[in-house]
Amino acid sequence: MGDLLFWHRLQFGFTATFHYIFPQLTMGLALIIVVLKGLGLARSDPRFDTAARFWIRIFGLSFAVGVVTGIPLEFQFGTNWARFSAHAGGVIGQTLGMEGMFAFFLESAFLGLLVWGERRLGPRRHFLAALALFLGSWLSGYFIVATNAFMQHPVGYFAAADGTLQLADFWAFLFNRWAIIQYLHNMMGAAVTGGFAVAALGAFWTLRGAHLEQAALFLKTGVVAGFLASLLVAFPTGDQQGKQVAKYQQPTLAAMEGRWKSGPYAELNLIGQPNVEGRRLDNPVRLPGLLSFIAHGSFSSDVKGLDEFPQDRWPSNLEFLYYGFHIMVGLGTLFIALMGLAAAFMAWGRLERTRPLLWALMLAFPFPFIANSAGWVVAEFGRQPWLVYGLQRTAEGTSRLVHPGQTVFTTLGFAGLYFVLGLLFLFLVGREIDHGPV
Amino acid sequence: MEMLWFWLVSVMVAIYAVMDGFDFGAGVLHLFVARTEAERREVLAAIGPLWDGNEVWLLAAGGAMFLAFPRLLASGFSGFYLAMFMVIWALILRGIAIEFRSHVRDEMWRAFWDRVFAFASTLMPVLLGAALGNVVRGVPLDATGYFTIPLFTTFGTGNPVGILDWYTVLMGLLVLATLTAHGALFLAWKTEGVLHLRCLHAARKLWPAVAVLALIATWATAKVNPAVYHNLPGAPLAWAGLALFLGGLGAVLAGLLGGRHLLAFLGSSAFIIGILAATAACVWPVMLPSTLDPAASLTAYNASAGAHGLRAGLGWWVVGFPIALGYFACLFRLHRGKVSAPGEGQGY
Repeated sequence: MGDLLFWHRLQFGFTATFHYIFPQLTMGLALIIVVLKGLGLARSDPRFDTAARFWIRIFGLSFAVGVVTGIPLEFQFGTNWARFSAHAGGVIGQTLGMEGMFAFFLESAFLGLLVWGERRLGPRRHFLAALALFLGSWLSGYFIVATNAFMQHPVGYFAAADGTLQLADFWAFLFNRWAIIQYLHNMMGAAVTGGFAVAALGAFWTLRGAHLEQAALFLKTGVVAGFLASLLVAFPTGDQQGKQVAKYQQPTLAAMEGRWKSGPYAELNLIGQPNVEGRRLDNPVRLPGLLSFIAHGSFSSDVKGLDEFPQDRWPSNLEFLYYGFHIMVGLGTLFIALMGLAAAFMAWGRLERTRPLLWALMLAFPFPFIANSAGWVVAEFGRQPWLVYGLQRTAEGTSRLVHPGQTVFTTLGFAGLYFVLGLLFLFLVGREIDHGPV
Repeated sequence: MEMLWFWLVSVMVAIYAVMDGFDFGAGVLHLFVARTEAERREVLAAIGPLWDGNEVWLLAAGGAMFLAFPRLLASGFSGFYLAMFMVIWALILRGIAIEFRSHVRDEMWRAFWDRVFAFASTLMPVLLGAALGNVVRGVPLDATGYFTIPLFTTFGTGNPVGILDWYTVLMGLLVLATLTAHGALFLAWKTEGVLHLRCLHAARKLWPAVAVLALIATWATAKVNPAVYHNLPGAPLAWAGLALFLGGLGAVLAGLLGGRHLLAFLGSSAFIIGILAATAACVWPVMLPSTLDPAASLTAYNASAGAHGLRAGLGWWVVGFPIALGYFACLFRLHRGKVSAPGEGQGY
């Protein structure tokens, strides 16, 4: 049984993480494409349309892979997590159903028009197609985050006589406070990915001396979007997300920081390795008081340590959670610094001549993907040992009759298929970059 | 309320079968009816703007089933574990085959993806048909409400049952033939020239086979699960479904003979909806029968979510469903008329 739980978790974690590489890029690019199309329309400047056309092609590829890797996740609720589906489906079925009805249909109807219809539609209606894709993809994001928010911080439900969770208050469930904050934080993370990708290609072409007009536009758009999004993903959205974890998931906050002892003036650890056996953090480099401030807004406030909680309520895989959080926060800080520097050089008019900075921007594009994945590691490992926080343990959510042999088989199948899919995606994106703007 | 949701889910499944059905059919046929690059692109141009939306009906129907009948989704999906992953993988291969094909102008690249597209499009209807067969025949549900079933046992329909037996394979073939014939009519309606003629030719060959298979399947169903027909006398919707089924067949015949291709396509759509409606009306309220103990069957009553959830779901469903239909109406209008092979870089 323990084995089975491991394989179910590995499969969902792997397929979800791989999937989310693509939606974060499409959602980030959707925003940038709308802005580019909007500027092209407002200023009647074809340079913006050329830029939008290029990114729509990347968007189309990323969207296609996002769609096909998203389908398995919808199925896996039933195939791998049957007892969870039976337990919570009466509630989360709402948002998953709404996602299909309100987001997927919208996206599928306008995708072809956005990707292939520029000439047929004309500038105004093509802008509307871009807007529809932006709305659809961001709406889809909301329904998924709202589903996840119920698992993080369940509201709007009641426990029925048979023990299952059923919907009690639709609006409370849909506009769960947790969902709104997590959503804003998540979408700003997607915008960071989009901004960095656009800036990176601009930097690459500038360094190469290729497509200079478009490269300058990409740099400008990417740096502005990347800088704003990097700020917003930290403040206020990340900050608020941290505060709600501090409020509703106290053992999670303690585990994220490798904190065992309670007390005021809690330190934020910059570096250190959690030692679960010894219940301490090894080799810590810490800033006193900062964790108290982040969690509760005052340096002297008390932050509980893991010792306060029974061990069966500690997040499992504590080390992974700890590193996920520190990677996310560390990278987020670097993003602000890098984009801030790039924005300053741009304002000064020297960005295109500052080659080290261009190199840094070019090489930085994978890191938002890592930071976003690390963020979801924090959310999902932080939720442990619960599947629905405080209501159903992860071990109680699996499909009981599926045996490990089947789950290992399908997990390996996904590993192979997704490896090929990833290669194909990189190959096709590489070709588009090689072709350049048209 | 349970009955309403049973029918809402059934309607969405039927729309899915009709809509994704024709692009499955196009996928099965395209290697045979479209032989040149231009013809292949015509096929893709016909289904290109629609297939993704068509597939969303599967997710929307699944979502509706999740919210209304969570225990059915939990039990069915985990019970059919390996078959479900075949569906998932087929959908992945199909999706990327259509989307990636046009990105590289190379004969071998395109030949490869065309075959992937054909393979996945052939596999899907067989799997859907086998699924329908399993739902009619029943699965070894016990009192816990869960089951596990091997891919195959003795290919007989008695216990221990497997996902594939002679009956479910027959249903797989019926659905494959039906959706291929359905796709042939769609392509005949949307295309011109030699492609159009080849599709008509395929349709004329396929529809008699569909009629014969449907007849055999009707007899086989009576043999495998006679209880299905016990409901028939008292189920007006089953008679309506049957009428639609026969009327659809008549319309296909009339359309093919009279050269009215839209009529033929609508006829085959009615044929599919009719079969599914009659089946749904006959099995009501059972959604997944048990081969071990009829009392362990999952029904619309014992698998449903709480009353408030069903009402809330209905609240947004009546808003979302017309919007979704509206998108399709717009898409069909925008892409009305015959398709022509799009130029390179201008579409699918």
